[in-house]
Amino acid sequence: MSDNHDGDNENGVNENNTETAPDESRRKFIKNTGMVAGGVVGGSLLGGFLTNQFQLGTETENDNTQTDNLQEARMFFSRKEDFDVLKAATEQIFPEDDNGPGAVELGVPYFIDKQLAGYWGVNAKAYMKNPFRQTKEAVDDYAKKDGDQDKQGPDSETQPPTPTPRYQTKLNRGDLFIAGLRKMNQVSKDKFDTKFTEAESEQQQEVMKMFENGDVKMRGVSSITFFNLLQSTTIEGVYADPVYGGNKNMQGWAMKEYPGPRMGFLQEIESEEFIKKEPKSLRDYQT
Amino acid sequence: MAKKLDKVDVVVVGTGWAGGVVSAELSKAGYQVVALERGENRNTADYTGVKDELRFTNRYQMMQNLSHETITSRNTMDEEALPVRTRQEMMAGTDLGGGGVHWAGATYRFMPYDFEIYSKTVERYGKSKIPDGMTIQDWGITYDEFEKYYDRFEKTAGLSGEQDPIGAEHSSDYPTPPMKETPNLRLFKDAAKNLGYHPFQIPSSNLSERYENPDGQVINQCQYCSFCTRYGCDFGAKSDPVVTVIPAAKQTGNFELRTESYVRRVLHNDGKATGVMYVDTKTGEEFEQPADVVVLSAFTFTNNRLLLLSGIGEPYDPETRKGVIGRNFNGQFNITFLGARGFFDEKKFNLYMGAGALGATFSDLAGDNFDHSDLDFIHGGGVEIRQYGHGPIASNKVPKGTPKWGKEFKDKSIFYTNRNLVVWYTPAIMPWWHNYTDLDPTYKDDFNDPLLRITNKYTDQDRSIAKFGVKKCKKVMEEMGADIVDEDEVPYEFDHIYQGGHYAGGVIMGDDPDTSAVNNYLQMWDAENLFVVGGSAFPHFANRHPTATIGALGYRAAEGIDKYLKNGGGSLV
Repeated sequence: MSDNHDGDNENGVNENNTETAPDESRRKFIKNTGMVAGGVVGGSLLGGFLTNQFQLGTETENDNTQTDNLQEARMFFSRKEDFDVLKAATEQIFPEDDNGPGAVELGVPYFIDKQLAGYWGVNAKAYMKNPFRQTKEAVDDYAKKDGDQDKQGPDSETQPPTPTPRYQTKLNRGDLFIAGLRKMNQVSKDKFDTKFTEAESEQQQEVMKMFENGDVKMRGVSSITFFNLLQSTTIEGVYADPVYGGNKNMQGWAMKEYPGPRMGFLQEIESEEFIKKEPKSLRDYQT
Repeated sequence: MAKKLDKVDVVVVGTGWAGGVVSAELSKAGYQVVALERGENRNTADYTGVKDELRFTNRYQMMQNLSHETITSRNTMDEEALPVRTRQEMMAGTDLGGGGVHWAGATYRFMPYDFEIYSKTVERYGKSKIPDGMTIQDWGITYDEFEKYYDRFEKTAGLSGEQDPIGAEHSSDYPTPPMKETPNLRLFKDAAKNLGYHPFQIPSSNLSERYENPDGQVINQCQYCSFCTRYGCDFGAKSDPVVTVIPAAKQTGNFELRTESYVRRVLHNDGKATGVMYVDTKTGEEFEQPADVVVLSAFTFTNNRLLLLSGIGEPYDPETRKGVIGRNFNGQFNITFLGARGFFDEKKFNLYMGAGALGATFSDLAGDNFDHSDLDFIHGGGVEIRQYGHGPIASNKVPKGTPKWGKEFKDKSIFYTNRNLVVWYTPAIMPWWHNYTDLDPTYKDDFNDPLLRITNKYTDQDRSIAKFGVKKCKKVMEEMGADIVDEDEVPYEFDHIYQGGHYAGGVIMGDDPDTSAVNNYLQMWDAENLFVVGGSAFPHFANRHPTATIGALGYRAAEGIDKYLKNGGGSLV
């Protein structure tokens, strides 16, 4: 992967992509429903059909984009190098493709930066009293047998499908990100003799898999705990309300046809047909 | 030094459904009631216009701030318990109304079998059906005796529902009609009928129409907006203590609410409670609130911990299997709500719409509705489909074998966003001699008081019932016509993730002081003017959601307290 979608993303429309629509039923759906609904569609998949509407949509949102951009500066990460590793890693987790933009274009790294600068980053509402046991049973063994919430237990329908490690480290989430990202860079240097950001896409994935599998030794925490946090926070940045700095221009929502917060669906809840709505954000809802 | 306040008739600790019901009933009866809530004051304005998945679902806005206090957790007595540190691992509500505000709203009754589980199991299968170490016992009250309290709670909440075709009798119909039926619920019901089951709409406290309850409180019509579970309702359309029993108590003029009041001890003398000691969390000031009757109606954990910290009742000792406080801890964790997820390539559902209790279910595989002679477990579960209304962060379900991140994950998670349904089983959880609560020897809260320690592990009963449920759910999902059907994996051991909010026991009800802490009026055997109300009283966890039973226990306790005060004391049984 590369960082080539940092700046000029106004029209992420690539007409060639229409030829690579991944499967027939989705294509059929787009013909049936997407065309009629129209509006701003984040995915480049629709570019061939909807170029005009898409560009019109982006133009009307230029003011928003300007405001968003003024909020895009590092407030938590001091070192640019750490932030660059974060960018590359989040884009690997949620890459740009035919469906639409990837993590970087969606503002996910800035979303994470903002989250870590707040109460959540310093674990203000977590129990952080001593002693912190870093035994093999409590950390590594536990993390490896941990299940995903999308297939385990009462919260499976309302929680994101990310593993939930037992949090037994003295490090807060901000510490964890900095330690993890630097370690990723170090592992890349040791293994491939190149910085993480300059490694090939496959090499980056290999490094990340080592963290995911717990094959990297980190100080005071399992690499699995770090990786799960990185993964879940990335998905949050893709789909959380744009007020938090990710999901830029609601393009994350547009990809999965999510309408954003609405008054309700009393008149539509019984509909046999899927009802597609143009996304609206919390700002719309509150004003 | 604690400042001693003027004595009141009743002091209530905790303002969820249990404390709310007790407060409303006793203040209506003319008693002076003070309610103490550790969290903040809240009303509908706190939940209006803030439909934000990250804030409420992923950052747990309405859950207890664990920096001050949490629990510790382990599987067995020979392990060291570790603290449950983050809100991702813990779901305990706080603030006015407690868990009753952020709940989903599924409002089932427990079954007649539950109230007499020991007797009925022995009667049908013989004593040998109950494995050694499983500590099931009758609840000290029958369903028929308890029915009127269910009925009362359902009228307060304005429940929207229809009778379970094979369920126990109700003395009156649900106050409001069932919630709307959506295409995916219809698909489930048709499949269930084809398989010979008897599906019905889940009884819901998200209301199908505007309703005024007997206390004069109005609950609005649900808008199916999807911001329900883990949220307060935007419209006052979900029954919760904040829109029902708390205002009902306030309008009597006999009720005083003190929020940000953290109770540290129940004070007692000569076998009777004299009041409680609490701290104003904003100023740090300590107060002593004397009362004729003390009601503990906090979450399970707090009810257990306050009794242990205060030295009331004999703590349960697993070595001798004697003692009562902490006995029969039980709850629905990651081995419950397992089932089968179906992925539909050609069907699309409006999954972003929904309500917490919008769903359908059947009871054919619940309780003792089916023969267990050849099964290696007792009890059962409901089979449910729900349409909560999915947030975009939560709705990233992909078929098994899909990587958790990267290109394939992105592609499939987006494609299946509105094309996957889950059917799950809600098994009952039986109590065991080795699952209990006590005080942790190492970890402390902000006041240097020990945390509550949970010791909980799974047994063959738990794994067998879960596997049974997964197989049944898979058949239903196949009948629904999914292209891919993924079975949930049954975990071997409890993972220390306190999700779902269904944890109970430790201060259980019964008819024998040797094996229960409270009688069937929730009155403590060891302190006649101390009533402990809530999920903490469940001797086992039935196979349906707990809230209706907790609300009904509130009405039962209120009746008992009124009698107690009128009688001038004494045991109620």
